[in-house]
Amino acid sequence: MEKSCYKLIMTSPTSYSIVVESKPSAIVSVFEQIQSKLVNNNFGKDDIFAVHLTLEEAFLNAVKHGNKMDPSKKIKVDYSIDADKIEISITDQGPGFQPEAVDDPRFGENLFKPGGRGLLLMNSYMDMVKFNEQGNSVSMVRYKEKPYLTKSLDQ
Amino acid sequence: MTKIQPNIGVEYAENATIVSFTDEKILEEKDINSLQESIMSVIEQTERINLILDFSNVRFLSSAVLGLLIRTSKRIYEHDGRLRLCNIDPKIYEIFKITRLTKTFDIYKNVESAIKDLSQAK
Repeated sequence: MEKSCYKLIMTSPTSYSIVVESKPSAIVSVFEQIQSKLVNNNFGKDDIFAVHLTLEEAFLNAVKHGNKMDPSKKIKVDYSIDADKIEISITDQGPGFQPEAVDDPRFGENLFKPGGRGLLLMNSYMDMVKFNEQGNSVSMVRYKEKPYLTKSLDQ
Repeated sequence: MTKIQPNIGVEYAENATIVSFTDEKILEEKDINSLQESIMSVIEQTERINLILDFSNVRFLSSAVLGLLIRTSKRIYEHDGRLRLCNIDPKIYEIFKITRLTKTFDIYKNVESAIKDLSQAK
């Protein structure tokens, strides 16, 4: 029987859902899982740095401001990764908040306040950041960084 | 170089104290709290300190570290000291730019240029 060679190309996104303890260190293993899938899907260092940073910021917000450091509460992380993008949702069990009410840390006195930069970094490093109506769940999307063009467009 | 905990190394040069972060990633709240204690104790030890924070080992940090840096700079200015940051990885420098902290911190390419600036400043 003639042997055939097939290269498996995954085109549809694969989704995952994890529920973890509401403590800052719980994000470490979640990121490790996500990182290996980003590498498998050929995401570059910039993408991985961006996802790592936003995941840390969003998760810490959920632990501290959402679940108020209550160890009996949980955090749900849903994510899907395909060849072009990663989508992540982080949901806590807190009452929620209004992201519009958060001061911009780049202006005036806020520049000298120690906190309030997590949301700005999430918005800067992801292509889409959206909160649910209650404000206890954030969904974020980042599209894969395209490689540098080696030829100019008019060639 | 004196190592304080696993988090920082301290060196003394001409007119400056150089604190270098030894960890590649600074994330955990307990690490940040321990860093803060270590740095504050260095600041308290020297009158009108010229402090250089060396980031050459650091490849990743979160916004919680930016809070630590702001608290550190406030403490130094309260003591009439001066603060310089240096050897910041380009990806981390981007975080400083996004948050506009490049306008509040004096950032230098390396330890030598930070020392030079401190020796020239009045």
